[in-house]
Amino acid sequence: MTELLEHPMREEIERTTIEKVSIVISKGSLEGIYPGLIMANGARMEGIEADLFFTFFGLDAIRRDRHAKIKVATVGNPGLHLPTLVGALPGFSAFATRMMKRQMEKLDIPPIPEFVELVADSGAGLYACRASVDMFDLSMEDFVPEVRDILSVGEFYELAAGGEIIFT
Amino acid sequence: MTTTVYADTPVEVDAEGFLTDPGQWTEPIAERIAEENGIPELTDRHWLVVRFMRERYLATGSAPSIRALGKESGVPVKELYRLFPKGPAKLAARIGGIPKPRGCI
Repeated sequence: MTELLEHPMREEIERTTIEKVSIVISKGSLEGIYPGLIMANGARMEGIEADLFFTFFGLDAIRRDRHAKIKVATVGNPGLHLPTLVGALPGFSAFATRMMKRQMEKLDIPPIPEFVELVADSGAGLYACRASVDMFDLSMEDFVPEVRDILSVGEFYELAAGGEIIFT
Repeated sequence: MTTTVYADTPVEVDAEGFLTDPGQWTEPIAERIAEENGIPELTDRHWLVVRFMRERYLATGSAPSIRALGKESGVPVKELYRLFPKGPAKLAARIGGIPKPRGCI
């Protein structure tokens, strides 16, 4: 036990590099999906191996019928600094989404469908979560062609072995 | 900043090995940097990407994003990663003698 309490030597920390990441995307809002995609793309740009695992509403990012229609969550999102009732007004989410998309285009951040394709082309693996797929009664046909497979949690851990797991 | 020698030419590089003065860059230097980074021979496709990166940087003051690189260099993203497995934007910038791209995309 005493060994666990000791801090690892600083030089050791500095010498370590990340070789592989497995990123879980679990939310279906615009602000829930982008961070995972940006981290996966950023990993590949650094030559780090990356896999993406989409679960629950995060599956919307890879659903053919939904990935172009992802919206900013304007209700229950204190980060927007708006009263919840304003966020709930009809059309408000679409408005906030339009504003954010415009801002991202300026920064050369692609829309979600293009971003998913970019990340897949960069060599990252895209996978859907078995439990969520069954729960929403989906199959491979519902997903964009870049999705490689539907994996159980156990299979995901096997795939993630030896790397870092990032949950978003 | 340190001085290192590529192809018999002394050049200034930063801590990560990127040339600090793009003006010191020559093609033989590029070939040596590529070799040092696991690319024994620069093909025409490599050169297309390296030149695009460099020209865009010299014209605008910043290196293009991977998105722009894939759309505008004439080399699609999949091939970019085949040519530069350790990161196309970073590696092409290093070989092209321009600073490391700072953007997140």
